[in-house]
Order: sequence, then C-alpha cells, then structure tokens
Amino acid sequence: MTAAAPGTQTPDKPAADWRGVASEERDDLTEKVSMLLRERSRRLLGDLLRPYRRAIALLTGVIVVSNAAGLAIPYLVKVGIDAGIPPMLRGGGSGTLVTVVGVILAAALTQALTRQAFLRLSGRIGQSMLLELRRRVFDHFQRLSLSFHEKYTSGRVISRLTSDIEAIAELLQSGFDGLVTAVLTMFGTAALLLVLDVHLGLVALVPLPLLLLFTGWFRRRSAIVYRRTRETVALVIVHFVESMTGVRAVQAFRREPRNQEIFRGLNQDYREANASGMRLIAVFMPGIKLIGNITVGGVLLYGGWLALHGEVTVGVLAAFLLYLRQFYEPMQEISQFYNTLQSAGAALEKLSGVLEEEPSVPEPREPRPLPEPQGRVVFEGVRFAYVEEMPILPGLDLTIPAGQSVALVGATGAGKTTLAKLIARFYDPTAGRVLLDGVDLRDLDESTLRRAVVMVTQENFLFSGTVADNIRFGRPDASDREVREAAQAIGAHDFVTALPDGYDTEVGKRGGRMSAGQRQLVAFARAFLADPAVLILDEATSSLDVPSERLVQRALRTILADRTALIIAHRLSTVEIADRVLVMERGEIVEDGPPDRLIAASGRFAGLHRAWLESLS
Amino acid sequence: MPPDKPSPSRPLSSNSLWRMRSYLRPYVPRLVLIWLAAVAGIAASIALPLLIEQVVDGPVLHHEQGALLPLGLLALGVGAAEALLIFLRRWSQVGPVLGLETAIRDDLYEHLQRLPMGFHGEWQSGQLLSRATTDLSTIRRFLGFGMLFLVMNLIQLVTVTALLLHKHWPLGLLVAASAVPIALISLRFEKRYMRISRKVQDEQGDLATFVEESAIGVRTVKAFGRRHHVYDRYDDAALTVYSSSMDKVRLSARFFAFLEVIPNATLALVLLLGALAVGAGSLTLGTLVAFTTLMLQLVWPIASLGWILAMAQEAGTSADRVMEVMDTVPAISGGTTVLSEPRGHLRFEGVEFRFPGADRPVLRDVWLEVRPGETVAVVGATGSGKTTLTALVPRLLDPTAGRVTIDGHDVRDLTLPCLRSVVATAFEEPTLFSMSVRENLTLGRPDATDEEVEAAIRTAQAMFVHDLPWGLDTRIGEQGLSLSGGQRQRLALARAVLTRPRVLVLDDTLSALDVETEALVEEALRQVLRDATGIVVAHRASTVLLADRVALLRDGTITHVGRHHELLARVPEYRELLAQDADLDPSEGALR
Repeated sequence: MTAAAPGTQTPDKPAADWRGVASEERDDLTEKVSMLLRERSRRLLGDLLRPYRRAIALLTGVIVVSNAAGLAIPYLVKVGIDAGIPPMLRGGGSGTLVTVVGVILAAALTQALTRQAFLRLSGRIGQSMLLELRRRVFDHFQRLSLSFHEKYTSGRVISRLTSDIEAIAELLQSGFDGLVTAVLTMFGTAALLLVLDVHLGLVALVPLPLLLLFTGWFRRRSAIVYRRTRETVALVIVHFVESMTGVRAVQAFRREPRNQEIFRGLNQDYREANASGMRLIAVFMPGIKLIGNITVGGVLLYGGWLALHGEVTVGVLAAFLLYLRQFYEPMQEISQFYNTLQSAGAALEKLSGVLEEEPSVPEPREPRPLPEPQGRVVFEGVRFAYVEEMPILPGLDLTIPAGQSVALVGATGAGKTTLAKLIARFYDPTAGRVLLDGVDLRDLDESTLRRAVVMVTQENFLFSGTVADNIRFGRPDASDREVREAAQAIGAHDFVTALPDGYDTEVGKRGGRMSAGQRQLVAFARAFLADPAVLILDEATSSLDVPSERLVQRALRTILADRTALIIAHRLSTVEIADRVLVMERGEIVEDGPPDRLIAASGRFAGLHRAWLESLS
Repeated sequence: MPPDKPSPSRPLSSNSLWRMRSYLRPYVPRLVLIWLAAVAGIAASIALPLLIEQVVDGPVLHHEQGALLPLGLLALGVGAAEALLIFLRRWSQVGPVLGLETAIRDDLYEHLQRLPMGFHGEWQSGQLLSRATTDLSTIRRFLGFGMLFLVMNLIQLVTVTALLLHKHWPLGLLVAASAVPIALISLRFEKRYMRISRKVQDEQGDLATFVEESAIGVRTVKAFGRRHHVYDRYDDAALTVYSSSMDKVRLSARFFAFLEVIPNATLALVLLLGALAVGAGSLTLGTLVAFTTLMLQLVWPIASLGWILAMAQEAGTSADRVMEVMDTVPAISGGTTVLSEPRGHLRFEGVEFRFPGADRPVLRDVWLEVRPGETVAVVGATGSGKTTLTALVPRLLDPTAGRVTIDGHDVRDLTLPCLRSVVATAFEEPTLFSMSVRENLTLGRPDATDEEVEAAIRTAQAMFVHDLPWGLDTRIGEQGLSLSGGQRQRLALARAVLTRPRVLVLDDTLSALDVETEALVEEALRQVLRDATGIVVAHRASTVLLADRVALLRDGTITHVGRHHELLARVPEYRELLAQDADLDPSEGALR
C-alpha cells in the first residue's frame, strides 16, 4: 500500500516534486519542502479566513473583554474584603461593599454574555470556513480529470473529504476556544509578573529559553508523528471502504480471514502511530509541568531569601507565586490541543495539495460557443499514449460525418475505448487534435461539451435515490413525463412500472436492488434523456438479455437516426445497425466500410461475423 | 432523502459505553496504576500551594532563615513528583486506551464481514466508516482523558465543598446549593446535546455517502457533465450539517456561559452575606478571605465539567452508534456439518425468496436438481430472479422458504468455510481489490501454485496480465479501475476457476467479452465444467451451450427444464429469450 510496495504504479518521484498531492506518500521530506508545504497550508488558511477579517477583529475585542472581566473578579473580591468590610465594621455604611458586589455581578454578567457571544461568533466563523472548505474540495475533486481519479483512487478522495475535514472541524470545535484563552492568559500573566517586580519577574522568566527549545522539539517531533497518524488512518479507511464495497466477493471467496489479517495489521500501524503521539505528549506535558514547578520552587527560595532581607514585601512574593503558577498552566492547555492542531495542520496540508492539482483536461480560457452541435467528429493526426513508449493510438486520422452511426470492432486492447474516451474528452490526445463541428474539443467548456457528447459505459453507476432521479441525471430539468418517455423509448418502462413504487422506487445502495440488466436500461434511458448530438456506447448493451437488447436495438434505430453515434460492442447484432464499421487493430483502423460490404468482402470483419453466426446456433 | 437511514427510531441506550468495559479487562492492573498515579498527582498538586503558603506564612514572615531551605527544597521535590506522576499516568494510559480502540475496531470489522448481503444492501458504507473511525476516536478520547478528568474534577469539587462547609457551614451550604441549578440545567443540556450531536453525526454520515458516491461514480458524473448537479446534492447535505452544527454551537454557547455565571454570582453573594456575618461577628475576616480563595478554586472544575459532560455525551452517542451495528445478529451464520468429500449434488427444494418488506417474492416454489458434474443454464428475462437464485447457493442470501441442499445437506447446516469452498461464483460485475493481480486471483485459494494460477489464467483467457507493467505483481487500482470490463470479468472468472470448486456458479460472467475471446473461454470452460457441477446464468445461446440442460425462469419460478434445442423448438418464451435477431425479424418477432 505504500510507495515502496512492488507493483505500485507510481514510480519514484524526484525529491523536488512536492507539488499537488505528490507529497502525500512521502515521509522523507526535507526541511525546505516541509516549509513550502506549511506555507501552502497557511495560504489556504489565510484564504479561508479572509472574508471574516472584520468578524475576527470583533472576536478579538470580545475575547479580551471576556477575559478581562473574568480576571477582574478575584481582584474585585479582594477589593471588597479590603475596602468594603472595614467601614462596615467601623459602623459606617455598607455603600462601598454594595458597589463592589454590584460591580462583581456586572463583571460576571459581562463575562458570561461576551463569552456566549465569543462562542457563537467563533463557532459561526469556524462552521462557515468548514462549509467553504467542504465545497471547495468537493468541487475541485469533481473538476479534476479522470486520469487523476484513476491514480488517486476513490478511497483517498473519501478520506480527504471525511477524516481530513473532520480533523479541522475538531480543531475549530474544541481547540480554538481553549487555545485563544490560554494564549491570552499567558501573555497577561507574563505582563503582570513583570509589573509586580521586575527583578523577580526576570528571574522567573529565566527558564523561558528552555521552554521554547522544549516546545520547538515537541513541535518538530509531533509534526512527524501526526503526519504518520493521518497516513495510517487513511490506509485503514481505504481498506475498510474497499472491503465493505466488495463484501459480496469477500464472502463468496472466504476472504474474511485474510482481510481480517490485513485490517488488523493496518489497525495496528494506526495504533502504533497514535501511541507515539500519546507518548510524545506523555513526555511533553509533565516536562512543562516540571519546568514550571522548578521555577516556582526556585522563585520561592530566591524570593524568600530576598524577602528575608527585606528586598521584596511578603505580599508581593505571595501574589507573585500565585500568578507564576498561572503562567505555566496554559502551556499544558496549548499542548492538549497541540495534537488537534497538528492533525488539522496535516489535513490542511493535504487538502491544499489537492486544491493545487490542475485538471489534466483543463477548461479553455476562452471557450468557443457551439450553439447547435451537429455532431461532425474529426480526428487529426491523433496520437495517444499513457506511457510514452507504448502508444495506444500511434496516429489516427478519421472523419465521422454528422449523423453517422459508427461501430468500432476489434480485440480487447485495440484502442476502441481510448478512441471513445478521446471524443468524450476524458483524456486529451498526446499529439494532434479532436474536432467537433470543426472546433477543437479543448476549446469547448465542459457544459457545452457534455451537452453535445455523452458516453454510456458498461459501468452503470446508479446514485442513491429513486429510479426517476437516476434517469433524470441525464437532464436534471426534465419533467416526469419526459423521464417516462425516455424510459419508454429505451424499453425500460415495463420493468420500472413493475417495481414496488414504480419510478419512485429507491434503487438501494448503488442500485443493489436491481439486476445488472435493469441498471443498464436505466443508464440507457438516462443517456437518451440527455439527448446529445454525439452518443458513445462503450459496451453499453453487454448485460442486457436478448429481449431487452432487442428492445434497445429497435429503440436505437430511432435514437441514432438523427445523431452521431460511436458504438463499441462485442455483439455483432448491435454492430449491424451501424452505418459504418471500423475494425481496429493495435490503435489503427484496418477496415472501414458499411457492414454489408465488409461482410461480403473477405476481411477480418467477415471472419468475425461468420464466427458470431456460428456461435448463435 | 436518498441515503438509507439505519433505524433512527431505535431507542438510545446510555449503557452502550458501559458495555464496552470488557475491552478494558486485560488492562486492569495498568488501570489501577493509572488511577493511583492520578490520585497521587491530585494530592501533589493540592500539596504544592499549601507548602508555598507554609513557606510564606512561616519562615519568610517570621524571619526563620533556617526553615526556608528545607521547606523550599520540599516544595521543589513535590513539584518534581507531581510532574513524574503525570508522566506515569499519561505513559501508562497509552496501552489501555489505544488497546480498547483498536480491539473494538477489529471486532467491528470482523462483525461487518460476517453480516450478510442483506445488511450491506441496507447500510451505506459511509455510515459504517464513520462508526469505525470518528465514533471510535470519540470514545477513545472520552475513556482516555474525559473520564479521568471527570472523576478528578468531581474529587476536587467534593473536597473543596467539604472544606467550605467545614470553614463556615451556612455559607458552605449556599455554595453547595448553587450546584443545584447547575446540575438541573446540565441534565437538560445533556439530553438536548445528545439529540443534536447524534443528528450531526448522522448527517455527517449522509454527507460521507455523497462523497463516496461522487468518488466511485466519478466516471458517470463526468460522462454526463453533471458536476453541478452532484455538487448541488452534496451542497444541500453540507448545508444541513452546517445548520445542525450551528444549532449545536448555539446550544453549547448558552450552556457554557451559564456555567460560568453561576459560580461568579454565588461568589458575589458569598461576599455580601460574608460581610454581614463578619459584621455580626459570626465570621472572622481571615476566614472570609480563605473562604473566597477556596471558592475561586471551584470555578474552573465547574466550568470544565460542562465541557467534559458534553464529551461524555458525544462518547455515549458514538457508543450507541457502534453498538447498533455490533448488536445486529448476522442473519446468516454457518452450521456445523463439514463435507469431507463433496460431490456437488445441488438441489433447490421449493425455494422462495422475498426481500424484507416486499409484498411479492422474487423467487417462489423453485425446484431444480443439478447432479454432480452436470451443468444447468438458467435463462430468464431481466429481473426474473436469476442472480438471486445463484446467490442462494453460497448463502449470500438465505431463502425465505424451502431449502437448498448440497449432497443432501441443507446448505444452512454446513459451515460457511466449507460451503464457500465447495461453491465458487464468478459475478457479472467483478469486484477487484487494491492488491496485486496474483492476490486478486488467489482470493479464494491463497495457497495455489504458480502452475495452477497460470492454468486458471489460460482458462479465462486472461493472458493480458503478463503484459501489465509488473506482470502478476501489478497492483490493480481500487475497483480495478485501470482494467476494461472484459479484463475484469476474465480475472473474476479465473479467480472462481482457481478455487477448483465442486459447484461453479457463473453469473453471466462472459457478457463483456468479445466474440473471439468468448469462444476461447467457453472452450476452456467446458473442460472445467466437466469435473464440476455448474450453474450458468446466460443471456446468449453461445453460453447456454455450455450447459447440459436449461432451466427457464419466469416470474420467479422455473417453468421449463430441458435441452436447449428442445426448448427452442417447444417453448415460445424461450425462443423469444434466446433467438437472436439473425433468426427473427424484429418487426414480426414474438415480442411483448
């Protein structure tokens, strides 16, 4: 599962390659690269925070008032005792005391109200940022090209959008509030210490460099540890999702024990990563406490000696020691949230990496309009290769006039699907260009292209929702009648109405309640509803039984009549309805002509056709 | 609402968390140590300020230079001991806390793998995933830290309150009484917070489902250019999570503010009444000072109590969600019989199957016998129940009436490992896992030799694997995304063949193959099927010819059994299902 495993298709990257998602599987990052990654995360964070600059300023004001009110209360109590009670004992009025008590109540109320305001405001900012981040990352994943998704795998997409986002949510929910309060308390206390007694204050701050060094060490170590934690949890997630998605095969082939073994291993790795994180904190927290307590002890001894010699007053020493303890408490708090902060940081690093990825099939800067697509498709010297040395299409020239139905025939790996994917612009050619109505596909924006070109694959993915929802996926604004008509045209209407709730039947998880053939019919209706100028059917009829296929084929004659179609089918019965057959071999077109003529000739297609006829007997 | 809501009406039981205690059993000695360290740590942290007070009030105030050094050194020692105790507690916590989380996750995964297809059809894997990750982390955090802090806070609260009562009982009583509104509001808050955090968690699960669908169905989304449509669906769910989270924020903001205002208001009241008491002479000024100082020590434990209770609530909710899955009894569990020499004599005896809640059965009164070595093709229109029928043999589903037997034994009496090694299925939609080709092939038989693997590859005409960059060691992407449908089907076929099953089920496994390859595969399959009992779901005449007999499935029951040519001649429905366009003019074909 790691980059080192044999057979991983990601070859080793040069050390400088950290851009985008490349840094995700590396843990040997140099100092410089880590800095660049942090910089990138900071940019994203700044970007997310920008709309709330004013609110944050307000927030700072609110929290300062809240903390000031909170810190004032103990002081006010002292004032009340020192200045309010003596006059009463002397028989004077209780005016001062009542005033002080009133101020305390006002301070308590102020603190409560400002605190509530702070929690609400910071909560709103946090949740809005989270929403924005969710939107951005989701949208970006959807924009990224298929080639990215094929390499990145859906498990990692899921883990970015779930556990990484949650890590940030966690920070915003639990860490943020405590962190701000802790930092404010620390600075406030340091200032107070120096005001109380500069000499003693400076002595008390002597361990500060040690503290900073220690914290620096902790920060560096935990950056590594929490990175590892996130990586291991991602592997747990990938394995979990995959085995739950494929649970049918898992059970049918008694894969459970081996899966359990793998899962145990991954879970164990995750546990160990978590354990190093916890141990790190187990060293850091008491370490801070130790430094704090030793400082208190030192100040006690030194301050006591000073007081004995009359250089500080006893009152100052007592107050000093009280506040000194307060100085180190927030440090504990900060480290409490440090792991949350770290996980959020690591998550942000990965998310910013994803956002940095550019679609390899980019949107044009100046899109060309295509008001009424006709469907004329031209390949001009198109070369395509996944790996440079092994081109799938070495150089292809092909013209498909508008309205023509073309069947692609050839053995597996001949390049049929690649050709189809180029028309659908899932990929861009390595060289040459693909034109639709004379316009390079790279000059069309996505919505224009998809309105004109639709591809139906053998993967009939159904989304959760009803049958009607799934058909409507082809054209979201279609009316119920249009959905029904599409199903009728395809021949899916009968089986849909036979379902428990007809068109409103929930399809279940990924269409699990329907047979493969039924799913294919729904996918077909979906494509028909989309009504594209160019329709690509990649093995789209393979799961249909004969009567359904016959229905679809009859429908196809009407559907294909006024549009360009590219049909990849192993069943030659589907091929027969095409106007033109292209036989492909190793990325080249070796036969080209109307089916009748090719059958009559003595080429490869004629041979295939004979074999097929024999198979029917 | 698209995603399946797993029984939200289930009553919440707060004892789910308590039920997890058994996972802590192996760590009892360690837990004792942790608690001892925690209590000793509290003692040290209380002792330290007392010592400081001693130093200031004693040697410093009374100019006893000799006592300063020993007392000061003692304070240093106690300070160091406190740090050491914290270290001890935290370090020892690592084992139990993570042990608990890891063990529950392992068990959850094991349990999920045992739950049948019926369960997995209902539950989105996003919902399952959030239980295995987020919920377990929440539980871990509470049991690891929250619980300890809760108890430590309570100890501190009780000790300080007792001290206050001891110093001046009427004022002490006042302080104790101020705990009543806090307790009441906390209880109410708890209930509401629990409900709302469960809501947020469920909504996050739904959101995860959208994420999952958009990630796995990315090709379909792209093919139709429905990025915006998918985004809108996701956005709706994200907005729902946002608004529920905001409800949660508002609720806890109110609660936390309230938690802080009560102790402070009490403090003001104590000051006022205390002053009156001092005036009346029932209280000395010094005691009042000590009293208020002690009271200030109560503010933080009370304020943090709310935070810890919220954490406890969340952990309780998470535990409920985890237990909800753990409590689902696997509807399909193995029997005890092991077939030592299975022959593969398969019989369906009056089998009925209906999905839970469905009014019509998918299969009814199915009778079919497949003798050892025989192959029967199952033919039927789309949706006639063919796949369901085949799923009954390896018990991916169980019939709702009647039984399926192998060699006279009800399949429910066989152990699952035995049954599933006797039966192998090649599915039409093959699931490939993120591992090497070899591992994918040997899924059902990890000990297969290279020769056997090679033979299976040849049978399935999957020689293309040798052309992959790392041959058999090539990792095929998740879902085998980088392979074509036909290639995936051939791998799935090779996988099934490799297990050398007594009963081989082919669920329309050849649908995505081109004609030439299909012919080669069929030729090779004939050899395999000669030695095994076969059930072949077929749409094509060519596949049907693999079988000795054909069973025609119509409206959930088998209407005809016979040889292909017989049925072709005798049964019009069969002719309609299997005769190709070549034989039938579509305009006058016997269509519905």
